[in-house]
Amino acid sequence: MTHTRQPAVVVSGVRKSFGETVVLDGVDLTVAEGTIFALLGPNGAGKTTIVRILSTLISADSGTARVAGHDVVSDPDGVRASIGVTGQFSAVDELLTGKENLQLMADLNHLGRAAGRARVGELLDRFGLVDAAAKPVSTYSGGMRRRLDLAMTLVGSPRVIFLDEPTTGLDPRSRRLMWDDIRELAAGGVTILLTTQYLDEADELADRIAVLDNGRIVAEGTPDELKRRIPGGHVRLRFTDPRALHAAAALVDGAIPDEERLVLRVPGGGDVASLRHLLEQLDDARIAVEELSIHSPDLDDVFFAVTGQPTLEQEAA
Amino acid sequence: MSTLAYTISDSTTMFRRNLRRLQRYPSLTLLLVGMPIVFLLLFVYVFGGQLSHGLGATYLGGHTGRAGYLNYVTPGILLMTVAASVQGTAIVVAMDMTGGIIDRFRTMAIARSAVLTGHVLASLVQSLLGIGIVLGVAVALGFRPEAGVLDWLASIGLLMLFAFALIWLATALGLAAKSVETASNTPMFLTLLPFLGTGFVLLATLPTGLRQFAQYQPFSPATETLRGLLTGTPIGNNAVIAVAWSVSIALASCLWARHLYTNSRTA
Repeated sequence: MTHTRQPAVVVSGVRKSFGETVVLDGVDLTVAEGTIFALLGPNGAGKTTIVRILSTLISADSGTARVAGHDVVSDPDGVRASIGVTGQFSAVDELLTGKENLQLMADLNHLGRAAGRARVGELLDRFGLVDAAAKPVSTYSGGMRRRLDLAMTLVGSPRVIFLDEPTTGLDPRSRRLMWDDIRELAAGGVTILLTTQYLDEADELADRIAVLDNGRIVAEGTPDELKRRIPGGHVRLRFTDPRALHAAAALVDGAIPDEERLVLRVPGGGDVASLRHLLEQLDDARIAVEELSIHSPDLDDVFFAVTGQPTLEQEAA
Repeated sequence: MSTLAYTISDSTTMFRRNLRRLQRYPSLTLLLVGMPIVFLLLFVYVFGGQLSHGLGATYLGGHTGRAGYLNYVTPGILLMTVAASVQGTAIVVAMDMTGGIIDRFRTMAIARSAVLTGHVLASLVQSLLGIGIVLGVAVALGFRPEAGVLDWLASIGLLMLFAFALIWLATALGLAAKSVETASNTPMFLTLLPFLGTGFVLLATLPTGLRQFAQYQPFSPATETLRGLLTGTPIGNNAVIAVAWSVSIALASCLWARHLYTNSRTA
């Protein structure tokens, strides 16, 4: 008999509504132990709701979820003892210093005096917070706060970590640092489920990605599998008047007009042949283009590829 | 460790956290203790000379004029200090509940009750501190209680019990509030209640409807008991009523707070 490892997270048929609004509409997912799994989706797709259900903060209306072998409903304390959560909003005590925040976590994890102190020192060092250790968190920058937040999550050495949009709002440098931290954690054998709105982030970090749209998982696979489904970015055309925009939208296959910004989004690559074809089409129809730019694949392209629709935010725009 | 040991350990940790927060945010404590001091000065120096004329010798404690009124009004002011202090409880509880850290606590395997216990214990310390400061001001103004050791112990016990009750009430109000701003306003009625009781004037001087309310609302029996213990005025059955009120408020508010804490899971 071969030994099969138990998955770290198993979600099946989870549904959740807030009042009339259906937030999760039957979600199934499995995260293998020791891997990084990314939930990719726009705001309002239900990413945070999944994290909140898995971290025992709210309960699902139906369906089951198990984390590290514990059921979130029947054994929430078992789940809590195995997980670490870093949410979208910083979960640090502003009035305490960085060191005191970590010490608080050490005490709540019942690490004992000596072991707690050692763990606090180790994490301050690892997250580059030694110099700021004695300063109140209210003086920290966004990136430092996020690192402290993650460090606090790690005090209890959790086996499964949930990171809800770990880099939203961070500057590029802090974002890179956070990515390094996440990779380092995974290398240590921890299972990570993270949510993100950025394809590049999921691509950089995740072993598997699930695309969430309107409370459903619309695609799942390795980053390469998903990227193979993306036609390769898009070309953006900007016009000076709505008439030109409408004319161009009627002319080009699959183009998505943005009335407000007078921009037409044409799916497809930025290769010379297809660009030339596009420009010839526009020339022949005597449509004046104000500006043209080429964009590498982003979340919207993934969305378009797997759902055939622009993301919700675009529809709203 | 057993469950009980964990509960005690987690509650102690939370207590320490909240004490440290009080230490880092001293302006809140000072602001809260400032109000009863202002009322003490106002009532002794502005109204005291006049109001003292309506009080009988029993209440003046052998003094006359302002000094006599100081003797009369201090117990009520001390209870007002408790009421003002618990506004801080509601504020810090709401700060916690509306901030991100409460979600962290909820996703950790810690004793559920520890978060609230930590707040209540730290608030008790804050209240006692406030009472000490206000009492110090009263003594500086000339308040000379003729209480014995047992009377003092009973006074401290009563103040702590009353504070405990109002702290649980404020904790529940803080949990029920949707924002810190709301939480800083809802317990305000508590600081008004001493005025609608026997804190500042004699019961007999009030109109009928108000008199009945004033006689039985929680602050009056507590004021009368404290006044009796500190200045030797008759207590009657007020001590029993004050303790009954405190225990009932504490119990009901504790249950309410625990209910709110377990069920106020935000979306």
